[in-house]
Amino acid sequence: MTPEITIAILMTVVGASTPILLAALGELVVEKSGVLNLGLEGMMLIGAVAAFAVAATTGSAWLGALVAMLAGAAAALIFGVLTLTLTANQVATGLALTIFGVGVSSLVGAPFVGMTVEGLGTLFPESLADDAWGRILFGHNPLAYVSLLAVVLVVWFLNRSRAGLILRAVGESDEAAHSIGYSVIGVRYLAVLFGGAMAGLAGSCYSLVLTPLWADQLTAGRGWIALALVVFASWRPWRLFLGAYLFGGVMTLELHAKAAGLSLLEPEFLAMLPYLATIAVLTIISLRRSGARAGAPACLAKPFRASA
Amino acid sequence: MNGVAPRLALSGVTKRFPGVVANRDVAFEVQPGEIHALLGENGAGKSTLVKIIYGVLAADEGEVLWDGAPVRIANPKAARRLGIGMVFQHFSLFDALTVLENIALGMDEAMGRAELSARVDEILETYHLPLDPMREVHTLSVGERQRIEIVRSLIRTPKLLIMDEPTSVLTPQEVERLFEILRQLASEGCSILYISHKLHEIQALCERATILRGGEVVAECDPKIETAKSMAELMIGADLKEVERRAGNEAGEARMTVRGLSLPGEPPFGVDLDEVSLTVRAGEILGIAGVAGNGQNELLAALSGESLAAKAAMIRIDGTDAGRLGPGARRRLGLAAVPEERNGHGAVPEFSLADNAVLTARHRLGLVAAGFVKFAEARAYTERVIRDFSVRTTGPGASAGSLSGGNLQKFIMGREILQAPSVLVVSQPTWGVDAGAAAQIHQALVDLAAGGAAIVVISQDLDELLSLADNLAVINEGRLSAIRPVAETSIEEIGLLMGGVHGEVVEAQGDAR
Repeated sequence: MTPEITIAILMTVVGASTPILLAALGELVVEKSGVLNLGLEGMMLIGAVAAFAVAATTGSAWLGALVAMLAGAAAALIFGVLTLTLTANQVATGLALTIFGVGVSSLVGAPFVGMTVEGLGTLFPESLADDAWGRILFGHNPLAYVSLLAVVLVVWFLNRSRAGLILRAVGESDEAAHSIGYSVIGVRYLAVLFGGAMAGLAGSCYSLVLTPLWADQLTAGRGWIALALVVFASWRPWRLFLGAYLFGGVMTLELHAKAAGLSLLEPEFLAMLPYLATIAVLTIISLRRSGARAGAPACLAKPFRASA
Repeated sequence: MNGVAPRLALSGVTKRFPGVVANRDVAFEVQPGEIHALLGENGAGKSTLVKIIYGVLAADEGEVLWDGAPVRIANPKAARRLGIGMVFQHFSLFDALTVLENIALGMDEAMGRAELSARVDEILETYHLPLDPMREVHTLSVGERQRIEIVRSLIRTPKLLIMDEPTSVLTPQEVERLFEILRQLASEGCSILYISHKLHEIQALCERATILRGGEVVAECDPKIETAKSMAELMIGADLKEVERRAGNEAGEARMTVRGLSLPGEPPFGVDLDEVSLTVRAGEILGIAGVAGNGQNELLAALSGESLAAKAAMIRIDGTDAGRLGPGARRRLGLAAVPEERNGHGAVPEFSLADNAVLTARHRLGLVAAGFVKFAEARAYTERVIRDFSVRTTGPGASAGSLSGGNLQKFIMGREILQAPSVLVVSQPTWGVDAGAAAQIHQALVDLAAGGAAIVVISQDLDELLSLADNLAVINEGRLSAIRPVAETSIEEIGLLMGGVHGEVVEAQGDAR
């Protein structure tokens, strides 16, 4: 393999991994607070369409990314009101949110189908990225750097900050946290909003970076992969980072196999791989004794009603 | 009085809930450095009263004086600012976090990690508390968990420490350790309000006792002068009925034998059962003592058939291999089981009492025929349970969840006992049940055994086991000690076994027949 192709592969792997890393990081924080939001895919689609619509009408991709975060958070707020304030079932509400997101993105995106926008481009000037190492270090889209920074920040927040400790405590035992005097619902709202904003940003990655062209269901089920990734990583941000790049790698296999002229496997089979890998990973983890629950917040998906 | 104002003085405190008066005109004082007992049965209003003092609830009427000055304690934070610390009966701990993180979470204001760590070490040193700040809570014993709560309170150097039923889950040695700490605190001038219904503990520890019954103060006394019996009668307001034991106890034939039963626990925090062996005979009550979370729930599940043993011969009921039989099949063999958790395990809270009766009595009483429930029979049986066990309810149609804890327990015990099982396994038969009902349940168990049934009672209440059981074993970390006659066993020995100091591993005493 020539260095050219190696670098090309590396670049696409980073591109494919970034959105699932962003979305999964948000979901990890949400789940650490004891809430299971299965609406990741829906929030990502809402983020994607919001980003595209704003970028297409104002011409500013950056503004698009910002609005995507707000839109994702707004969708998460609906989820929060339903599950936290009204204590609806989190699984059902999350699924409904996904269906809602698919519908909204189709509706809002209808006038934009087939249109293109100016994407986010790269963060650093072209001159820095003119040799191999320059490209590897400085040639990525801005969100890739944001996602890496986010991993570090989330690790620091969860393990080092008092707020992170409180968040983990709320996810670990809502009753105990409540009796000590922490606002369980308040903490969970903040976590859910953060998760929504991250999912929205992840969505914008698809419409502003990977394919600056609108098509229906642009995220193509990647939200589900991000969800599985959180379990795969046993709720640890570093493992999440590794997992996201592993899955990103599998996802780009198809492209590169095609480009390299490999016809050993049908492209449809390769396209299926990430999803197969998701199922395989979840099965293996669940088979391990104590595996699936190890690291899982004890109050995950358990609704909390404050009592006197 | 003598110039020094009491640390805490209550007068005329009244708290009403819809339908009940939890506290009526309560008044008492706690002096600086005094260990003061608040004594009463479940439902006497102790918890409501301390919640008022700790700012969790607001009193409807009455006055609270703190060091002589009237105060209004709006919330727990305000209470802590005054210098009131509280150790709850149910700990507010986070299993997956470390001791230090748990302590940090209990603080009102953030403190640097190093500073907090130093302060915790200092407290552990001063009070000789063995506790590793870096351990995760789920690896700790209940006694160690309680120490976390105590450290949480001591970190603010409290002037009044409230202990709510602190010993219900401790081994006798841990209780002794706790008392030393409390005495040391009191000698330093910290007042202690000690809530309990265990009379001998109050006699050992407290200088004064306020006795509550039905939400009112009925007496104030010196527990060192009063006898346990006299305080108990003040507490329940009637003569205490002793359980009538049949004299002499000739062991009948073995009704249930367990041999080398090992079962992995449910992750993440379940306990593995390790080579459990026991025999229980007709007419015998076998007590199983142990600190909570040492495999009691797993043992009950293994005996009832909720978890299956690896080999059928590991559990034999009346000579039949039952290790691989599920709960229904074991019930047909004559085994009945009462789990610790009433709502959701012993009974379905949303179901009526009659439906709940069908759930466990259908096998032995034939309440289901050709797939149809015989409602009339089920109703009649439920009425019999309600009558014989004086369950306070509106009738067989009342939902199980509408009953108070004690009443539901009476119903569940009655439902099993009236099926005349040959083997009864029961966990925590009187947990949270008032003294009158507890005596009634104990009597029913004794009578059932006298009729030839074999009974296994799993309990954390040593007093209960000592008064009820013929033989006793201790479960610790999933291992069961040798079985010994209660008459030949001392509390110290049991305590050591509960704390995990194992004697030589002996097969369950006696041969299988």
